[in-house]
Amino acid sequence: MKKTYLLDGLCCANCAAKIEKGVADIDGVTSASVSFLTTKLVFEGDDDKMDEIVKKAKKVVKKIEPDVKMEEL
Amino acid sequence: MKKRIIRIAIGAAVFAAAILMPETLWQVELGVFLAAYIIIGYKVIWKAVRGIINGQMLDENFLMAVASIGAFFVGEYPEAVAVMLFYQIGELFEDYAVGKSRRSITELMNIRPDSANLKTEDGIEEVDPGKVNPGDIIIIRPGEKVPLDGKIIEGVSSLNTAALTGESLPREVYEGDEVLSGCVNVNGLLTVEVTKPFGESTVSKILDLVENSAVKKAKTENFITRFAVIYTPLVVGAALLLAILPPLLIEGALWQDWIYRALNFLVVSCPCALVISVPLSFFGGIGGASRAGVLVKGSNYLEAVSKAEYVVMDKTGTLTEGVFHVENIFAEEGFEEESILEYAAMAESYSNHPISQSLKTAYSKEIDESQISDVSEIAGKGVVAYVQGRRIAVGNRKLMDDETEFKGEFAIRKGGTQVYVSVDGAYGGCILLADKVKDDSKETIALLKKAGIQTVMLTGDSKEAGEKAASELGISKVYTGLMPADKVAIVEELMSTKSEKGKLIFVGDGINDAPVLARADIGIAMGGLGSDAAIEAADMVIMNDRPSKLAQIIKISKKTMTIVYENIVFALGVKIAILILSALGMVGLWVAVFGDVGVAMLAILNALRCLK
Repeated sequence: MKKTYLLDGLCCANCAAKIEKGVADIDGVTSASVSFLTTKLVFEGDDDKMDEIVKKAKKVVKKIEPDVKMEEL
Repeated sequence: MKKRIIRIAIGAAVFAAAILMPETLWQVELGVFLAAYIIIGYKVIWKAVRGIINGQMLDENFLMAVASIGAFFVGEYPEAVAVMLFYQIGELFEDYAVGKSRRSITELMNIRPDSANLKTEDGIEEVDPGKVNPGDIIIIRPGEKVPLDGKIIEGVSSLNTAALTGESLPREVYEGDEVLSGCVNVNGLLTVEVTKPFGESTVSKILDLVENSAVKKAKTENFITRFAVIYTPLVVGAALLLAILPPLLIEGALWQDWIYRALNFLVVSCPCALVISVPLSFFGGIGGASRAGVLVKGSNYLEAVSKAEYVVMDKTGTLTEGVFHVENIFAEEGFEEESILEYAAMAESYSNHPISQSLKTAYSKEIDESQISDVSEIAGKGVVAYVQGRRIAVGNRKLMDDETEFKGEFAIRKGGTQVYVSVDGAYGGCILLADKVKDDSKETIALLKKAGIQTVMLTGDSKEAGEKAASELGISKVYTGLMPADKVAIVEELMSTKSEKGKLIFVGDGINDAPVLARADIGIAMGGLGSDAAIEAADMVIMNDRPSKLAQIIKISKKTMTIVYENIVFALGVKIAILILSALGMVGLWVAVFGDVGVAMLAILNALRCLK
């Protein structure tokens, strides 16, 4: 399953890279990508672990960029 | 944004006052500098604290906070405030530049229609395009965007397709014509029957493609991201060593002096200039390409195009118009020219191939479908069908060899495409078709050659026709008489002869080319507007049918890569220079701050050139 989130308020390119790596490292995620320019986070992962993955991804974003709001697209 | 500017301005004023202040007690002086510092930098410090709590050491805020607080401790009050001030001003410009480029790129793709005028029983209702279903009737007024793909049932107008194709010439459309979403209706009132839901309309597909292009990152982009991960800890580690070791080891070295030098390191340890400007350059390049009417599915493809060694092109529809006309008909004894054309047109009437179309056009009479039965297409050879009860085969010589015992001379004339016709197993005659080379094909080949790229043409046409077109265009290598499967084999063979880093581009019109498009390093579909298969299979899509776009996209790609490398060399060069000079104690924090935000800004401005 593929999920796309808008990272509203993402203003640091380095953090975008960190979020990308952080989400990619979550168990069950097969691929993750953050575009600093479109401020979009796209990741793919195992369907049955998706709820858990989304929860963890939100935590990663919160940790790296506390001001960013995540909105599912 | 405005609040930030005001805050920075107030802080700057207090800072200026602190510098101009007559000499007083050091406590007072420190107090005023601290006030300026806090006004300007409290947010940075707050973020740094929060970062530490979240375990995110070594982020930009942390580094700047440490560097400036450190400067206070070594007694360099003005520099401490200056670090924070310039950092904030730099950030402001950075945000502005990034915001501006985000906007200018999205503006390029500003083709999303806001609403559709749905015709209902009680008149016309303005609705969200997503709520319109296939079969619904919509009205498009002059000046409005076509919201969904459909067919004109009433009205005549011209459509501006510039947003999709980069072509400025409007296209005339009439009743019965298809219209594609994303075009702008210029002058007439159109009533359109919707054929596709919004999600599958051209405009949605294109937007989806461009927005997702950021997902496929170029190698250079990934390299920078990986580099950034090790760069910061490395420089911070070096800063620590620089602050501690020399004062311990060198006699007479002052702690204050070496700590100050180490602070410089902290300031330049942020890799932001690279991390922002490299993806921005690629994104700008993709934006610039889409403005020119070329959709790029990822920055990896844009990067790869710059390394093109081979451009392999399909002939029909790519280099030539793909619109044939019947030039001549040669009938064998016992056959009428007219009946040869009639048989051929009828047997081919189910096919959409350009050749079939031209046969039908030449025949010009209504085709009675009840007279045709058992049509079977034989890939790479032609069509066999029963027309008026007789077995008709229409195709190339291979088909004639299968169908007839004919051993005589086939009518051949150089330069055209021949279609042979047999009737009940007897060779009946040949229809000679000619195709026109596109206006800009020759110029494109010349440009590609000038760029040092090998040009190769593939065609299913006969040797004579293929070679004539190739020499006319100046193409170095040509493969003729190919079946669809042969193309993949040839592309694979060519790919094994190219250099390790070189890339092979295949350009085709997207019909029957999907396997080759997928096999090549970069598959470019031409004339992709409205062809779902082409958009799906290709890595890049040339929206109109002009080969000159090929030369243009290679140019855009090379320019983008130049800018990317410029930024990498410039940013790293300046940072390394500042690191060395700082270690030697030759430059102060002011210069280091420039090394951080100044370089980032210049790199961003440079990246914006990709858009043009």
